[in-house]
Amino acid sequence: MNAVAIDSVWKFYGDYPALRDVKLTAEAGACLALIGRNGAGKTTLLRTVAGFSRPGRGKITIFGKEPRDTAARRRMGFIGHGISVYDELSAFENLVLYGRLYELPDPKKAALQWLERTGLTRVRDGLVREFSRGMRQRLAVARAFLHEPSVLLLDEPFTALDDRAIAVLQELLREALASGKTIVMSTHQLREALELATHVALLNRGHVAFDGPCTPEMVADPGYVYARYGEG
Amino acid sequence: MHFFRLALVVAFKDLRAEFRTKEAINASLAFALVILLMFSFAFDPESEMTREISGGLLWIVFAFAGTLILNRSFAREIPNDCLDALIAAPVPGSALFLGKAVANYILVFAVELIALPVFAIFNNVTSSITAHLGQLLMVMALGTWGMTIIGTIFSALTVNIRLREVMLPMLTYPILVPALMGAMQLTAALVTGAGIGPANDAWLKMLIGFDVVYTAASLVLVETVLVG
Repeated sequence: MNAVAIDSVWKFYGDYPALRDVKLTAEAGACLALIGRNGAGKTTLLRTVAGFSRPGRGKITIFGKEPRDTAARRRMGFIGHGISVYDELSAFENLVLYGRLYELPDPKKAALQWLERTGLTRVRDGLVREFSRGMRQRLAVARAFLHEPSVLLLDEPFTALDDRAIAVLQELLREALASGKTIVMSTHQLREALELATHVALLNRGHVAFDGPCTPEMVADPGYVYARYGEG
Repeated sequence: MHFFRLALVVAFKDLRAEFRTKEAINASLAFALVILLMFSFAFDPESEMTREISGGLLWIVFAFAGTLILNRSFAREIPNDCLDALIAAPVPGSALFLGKAVANYILVFAVELIALPVFAIFNNVTSSITAHLGQLLMVMALGTWGMTIIGTIFSALTVNIRLREVMLPMLTYPILVPALMGAMQLTAALVTGAGIGPANDAWLKMLIGFDVVYTAASLVLVETVLVG
C-alpha cells in the first residue's frame, strides 16, 4: 500500500485550477521532493494532502484512509510556513498540549525527550514569545515529530532555518527515512532537499511536469530538473 | 469521554493563553464597566421605567462585552498558523469547537458575574436581584451559552477574513435576536420582582430550545466550517 496516494486531484480557487489532475504516490520509506516555481501549487497540494482543505476532484489517501480520517491524522506530521506553537505558552507546555491532543501515553515524557533532541531543554519553561527565530523553528520541528508520525508533510522546511536548525532537521529526516517513515516536502532549497529525496516531482502551474526517482544528475546539479522539464 | 477530554485540553489551552495575556478579558471587563457607568448616568435609577428596561440594558452590555472575547477565540490561532496544527491533529472538529466554546463561556460568564453587582448598585436593583439570584444566574447561564455558541462558530467562520472584528457582530447579532429577547424579557421580569412563572416561561423554553438547536447545529457544521 502506498503511504501517500494522490489520484487525479484538482483544486480550484474560484474558477482557477490551482491543481490540475495531479497524480503522485509515495511508498513507505520514500522521500518525495515537490519542486516548482512560486505559484506552481506545491503548498496547495501539501495542504490538501494534510486535510486542511478538500480537493475539488480526485482523491487523496494516507495509508488508504482519507486525510480527514482520525487514523490518518494520527499518522501525519505537518510543518507549514508558521511554527504552529503558541507564543503565550512555554516550550514544554506547547509540546505537552500537542502530546495530549495526539493522546500520547505520556505527553510530558515525550515533550522532555523532544526538547532534549532539539536542544531546547535549557529553555523548556521559557515562553515561546521570548524565543529567537531559530529556537522557535526547532520547537516547530519538535512539535511535528512529537507523535512519531509515519508520514511527514513539510512545506519548505529549510526556509529561514539557522545552520543548527537545518542540521537538526536533516538528521531527524534521515533517521525518519531510515526507520521507514515517508516524507513529502515542498522546497526551493534544492540542494538540501535532493540530498534526502528518493523521488522528485516538478509542479508547473498546477500540473505534474515531471515525476520520477531522484538521480545522481539531479543531486549533482539541482537545476537539472528545471532545465530539462521546467518552463525554462 | 475521549471526546470531552480532548475538548477540555483545548479549553484549558485557551484559558491558560488568555490568563497569561489577559488581552480579551481586560478589554471586555473595562468595556462592560464603562457602559454600565454610562447607563447609570443616562437613566434615572429611581424610575420604574429604568427597572423595566434594565434587562435589556444588562444584555446589551453582556452582548457587546462578550463579542470582544468571542472575537479572539479563533483569531488566537492565526499567529504562527496554530489553527493548521489543531486541524491536523486527530481531534474531531466538534471537540475543538466545544473546547473553544467552553473556554469562551467561562471568560464571558466571569465578566458577567463581575458586571452584575455593578449593574445592581448603579441601577438600584440590589434587593430584587438578591431575591431572585438563582433564577437570574440560570437565565444568564442559558443566554450566555447561546451567545457563546453562536459567537464561537462565527469566529471560526470569519477567522480568515481581514475585517473579522467588524464581521463577527454583524453576523452574530441578527441570529442572537431570539436568545437575547428571551434573556432580556426574563431578566426584566426578575429585576422588577415578578419572577419567572406561567406568564413568561415560554421565553425560558425558547432560550433552552435556542441553546439546544444551535449547539447541535454548530457541532455538526464545524468540520465543514473549518475544512470546507
